[in-house]
Amino acid sequence: MADYYSSFDPKGSRWMLQRLTAAFLVVVLAFHFMLLHFVNHAADVTFMQTHLRMQQPGYFLTMVAFLVTATFHGVNGVYNALVNQGLDGTPKTVVKYGLVLASLLLIAQGIRVAMAMAGFIIGPAA
Amino acid sequence: MSQSYDRGLVEDFGRWREFSAGMWAWIFHKFTGWVLIGYLFTHIAVLSTATVGTTAYTNTISGLESLLVVRFLEVGLLAVAVFHILNGLRLLFVDLGVGLEAQDKSFYASLVLTGAIVVASVPTFLAGAI
Repeated sequence: MADYYSSFDPKGSRWMLQRLTAAFLVVVLAFHFMLLHFVNHAADVTFMQTHLRMQQPGYFLTMVAFLVTATFHGVNGVYNALVNQGLDGTPKTVVKYGLVLASLLLIAQGIRVAMAMAGFIIGPAA
Repeated sequence: MSQSYDRGLVEDFGRWREFSAGMWAWIFHKFTGWVLIGYLFTHIAVLSTATVGTTAYTNTISGLESLLVVRFLEVGLLAVAVFHILNGLRLLFVDLGVGLEAQDKSFYASLVLTGAIVVASVPTFLAGAI
């Protein structure tokens, strides 16, 4: 038995970012569930309640950071899982850029939604 | 100093009866991860009704929450999220070199704690739907 064992060998920035985002997400995901299922019940959520929360700069920035870190952590996890299953060559490149594109679109749409919730942009029909 | 050992391929799922606790933890973490990233895309799609209008947003949320199947799916999502969080903490500690000798016990603890939290949360998640 080795004195120290890790199931992973550090492999650069993506490896480190996966762990740093994990540490952040553990806290924020638990907070998100607590706030929107136990403190406030999901069934009672209205736009006005959401609007009041998202108007607070700290909450808004936390939710945007939640979106960005969750997207990176999830999509990077999917990519790693596929590489682990033997994805290689051209399919690997196609999947890689497909996932990057999907991530960017998700983050862009998520920020647009967050801005609509905060009242920075107004929808066509109130 | 890192050291690997031959535990066979976890990807060879046909030999699942021989899998150790750590291999099940790996499979469950991957499975819950796939569910969570799938849910993230769905979640943003549903919340996108906020860009349409305030009424559309409120009606979509309350309409979905009025469906019993959605409440049960939310309980499932809670189970998936809690396990991924607890097992993720376990992985972070192992990566820091802490608790490797008890990694099987911490996996079982993650499962038991997930079960306890989910069962205790069922009344809250189903309130008003039954």
